[in-house]
Amino acid sequence: MLNGIWLGLMLISLAGGMLTGRTQAVTEALLNGGKNTLTFMITLGGSMCLWSGILRVADKAGVTRLFARLVAPLMRYLFPNLPTDGAACRAMSMNIAANVLGLGNAATPLGLQAMKHLQTAARHKEYATRNMVVFAVLNTASVQIIPTTVAALRAQAGSAAPFSILPAVWVTSLGAAVVAVTVARVFGKE
Amino acid sequence: MGPEAVVLVFVGAVLVLARRQRVAVLDEFCVGVKEGAQAAIQVFPTLLALMTAVAMLQACGVLDGLVRLLQPIAGRLGFPAEALPSALLRPLSGSGSLAVLQEVLQRYGADSTAGRVASVLQSSTETTFYTLSLYFGYVGIKKVGCALPAALAGDVTGMILSALTVHLFF
Repeated sequence: MLNGIWLGLMLISLAGGMLTGRTQAVTEALLNGGKNTLTFMITLGGSMCLWSGILRVADKAGVTRLFARLVAPLMRYLFPNLPTDGAACRAMSMNIAANVLGLGNAATPLGLQAMKHLQTAARHKEYATRNMVVFAVLNTASVQIIPTTVAALRAQAGSAAPFSILPAVWVTSLGAAVVAVTVARVFGKE
Repeated sequence: MGPEAVVLVFVGAVLVLARRQRVAVLDEFCVGVKEGAQAAIQVFPTLLALMTAVAMLQACGVLDGLVRLLQPIAGRLGFPAEALPSALLRPLSGSGSLAVLQEVLQRYGADSTAGRVASVLQSSTETTFYTLSLYFGYVGIKKVGCALPAALAGDVTGMILSALTVHLFF
């Protein structure tokens, strides 16, 4: 499926570039792809490593277990067949906490770790289980409490009240997450 | 004390608790960093493929055409047409949609309807394609089931709710 999506994106871009005559821009995007990804990785990767380190210490200190207990009711509802203090649930609890607090760079390594733990429980290693789909979809909808980056941009653009969007953000992000997770739960196969 | 103080308090609490449990803090930190680096290397191929494809898609002009096609429809449905480019880019590219949001805020004003809707949308959803390919690519999943339709259902809900909440709350 991911193969198909990537192929589709590439073919649309190539054909589109030729049809609109923007061949130079598309070629540039293609040839700079490696460099741009590497630059992105250096900024993101460094921060990801740092958070992996901190969160490893947090796990050893029992902090992740504490978080897992805190969001246990939610986890029991979303992942009824997983032990709430297991490795997968601990990583997922911390991932959700990091997302809610707007720490995307801390959430990513936790999310990847959680996927690995979820995969060990899967019978077919190449097929996504319902738990994996629910968890990944939860991350694409990411519920956030304080959108710091957007608020900063709004202040910079001269907003009278950069944080006035908060209630709207809460309702919207929660609603989007609920719909995404519901679809994943209803149509997901074990 | 700003909201970023949460990070300092968290790191402080972790270190104090770890010390109390006699965790070898530096050793464990370094093991964690190593795991992070391994994860970063493992996701690099997927990331490179996706980021290049999205950059090409943005450059090729198809998105602009799609925006022009959808703008009258969106306007009729009550979604501000000016916020449409950032809405379409949001699931594909985090940095790209952030740049478009900045443009909307500068051109129409941060406190305009379009500025507010685009801000709410940017804050409420994630870069769907990036997240899915990263998470599933990392563990080598080939069949992702209903992950994409479910995630896109969430994105569409985000679009509808962002316009609706801005309407209701302002």
